[in-house]
Amino acid sequence: MLAILKREMSNYFTSPIGYIFLAVFYFFAGMFFTSVLAANTTDITYVFSSLFTVLVFIIPLLTMRSMSEDKKQKTDQLLLTSPLNLSGLVAGKFLAAFLMYCIALAVTVVYSLIRAAFAVPEWPVVIGNILGALLLGAALISIGVFISSLTENQLIAAVGSFAVMMFILMIDGFASLVPIPQIASIITSLSFMSRYNDFVTGILNISNILFFISIAVVFNFFTVRVLEKRRWG
Amino acid sequence: MIEVKNLTKSYGNKHAVNDISFTVNQGEILGFLGPNGAGKSTTMNILTGYISSTSGTAKIDGHDILDDPIEAKKHIGYLPEHPPLYPDMTVQEYLEFVYQLKKARQPMKAHIDDVCRRVKITDVQKRIIKNLSKGYQQRVGLAQALIGNPEVLILDEPTVGLDPKQIIEIRNLIKTLGQRHTIILSSHILPEVQAVCDRVIVINKGKLVADDTAENLSHNLTEDFRYIARIEGPEEEVEKLLQGISGIVEVQSLGQKEPGVCEYSLEAEPGSDVRRELFKRLADRNYPLLGLKTTELTLEDIFLQLTQDSSAEQKTDGGNH
Repeated sequence: MLAILKREMSNYFTSPIGYIFLAVFYFFAGMFFTSVLAANTTDITYVFSSLFTVLVFIIPLLTMRSMSEDKKQKTDQLLLTSPLNLSGLVAGKFLAAFLMYCIALAVTVVYSLIRAAFAVPEWPVVIGNILGALLLGAALISIGVFISSLTENQLIAAVGSFAVMMFILMIDGFASLVPIPQIASIITSLSFMSRYNDFVTGILNISNILFFISIAVVFNFFTVRVLEKRRWG
Repeated sequence: MIEVKNLTKSYGNKHAVNDISFTVNQGEILGFLGPNGAGKSTTMNILTGYISSTSGTAKIDGHDILDDPIEAKKHIGYLPEHPPLYPDMTVQEYLEFVYQLKKARQPMKAHIDDVCRRVKITDVQKRIIKNLSKGYQQRVGLAQALIGNPEVLILDEPTVGLDPKQIIEIRNLIKTLGQRHTIILSSHILPEVQAVCDRVIVINKGKLVADDTAENLSHNLTEDFRYIARIEGPEEEVEKLLQGISGIVEVQSLGQKEPGVCEYSLEAEPGSDVRRELFKRLADRNYPLLGLKTTELTLEDIFLQLTQDSSAEQKTDGGNH
């Protein structure tokens, strides 16, 4: 698993993808933070609440190659014939993307410290915000990695992930269109946005934490199943 | 070392591999021969755990590839048909990655340097893989299979894309490796298999049609022993003389080849060696024997015969392990 993690990380930085991902993230996060500063407020929840939309665009960039590239280059023959189990392989791929995301997110810690120079922030809320962003990222990345395992074309993986994440982002809007209240409530209960907003507004709800962790675990499990199915096909 | 029993892989109704069984002993180099699409790569992919079999078992050093995959894979070095290279990495980085992936125990730097020396890629160790020629890439693929010194090497068409000089080098390398490793090698190039392998397995349309040494294969398949003899002397008398030799079933004159010299096609009874008797009789009558050659089938003939004629299956299949 460590070998995979290491190779994926170095791959992010030998190709432009890692730099583009970080640059786009820092640019938008910086823009949101500047507007916070310009508004003369110390409340940076705005940065976090706007983050979701940015992630929908750039997480696919991070995960589009994870699985598809190995299939295309036939390097999966090396990985799958090595003494390494499939969950270790998927975990390595997932953690590499997640680590890149953590590097990106680390900039919000810097923002919090800058803000702390002006006024004492509410640290629990700040930590809750960062935790929420980490969990949301983990869930989205696991979905991206899963979609990447379905194809050997990284463009299809990117567009597919983008479409799915866009749908997730807008799921509340769709729910309001469903006339049957029971179904509508099922759809809203799957909403990433409302759960993420709880974190942003400073509500720490265990069920929200479990929701995002479950999504991440389930989709990583699906990815393992896809690889296994390919072997048995 | 490798034990394959009743291995079958089906895709729907189509059998890519159909009930193949064989064993490979330690230190043996086994050649896998068959036309394209015969099931060579599929068999190798099953042996290395890349895909599963529909039924049957494959054991590597006693470990079943399905029940105990991690342990079995530890003993295998695999070079697939397309070398599994990451084009953006340097050769050194790539081999370090493979080293970690296989959890090799040898001291890393020395081991990688040693492997590079053996496949002669030391001069490109620092270069990026995508800039290397096909021949070098193939050798990096071979280096990857050697990392960790696995007991079993499975090489799928290892000499594809190499120039003639490199082909000879790689063949010699494989022969040297055969002293320490058990090797399965697939090829559709017959002389290669003949030059490198101790034993040959021929598969066609997913079925095993022959399993024997290259020499035995050509012996067994020549149903009767045919000779071509070039003898000086009057044609009719020589023919009569030849017919009189016990063990010779049929004599046919092929006509005059040199002044006063005719060629005869002789067919001997299976298993009997008529050459000494032939020489004596001719010497007695003072008919000089100018040439005698056996017309054993070459591996090419065998290959064509086996893959075209399914009745040959009964004659060679299922024995001589």
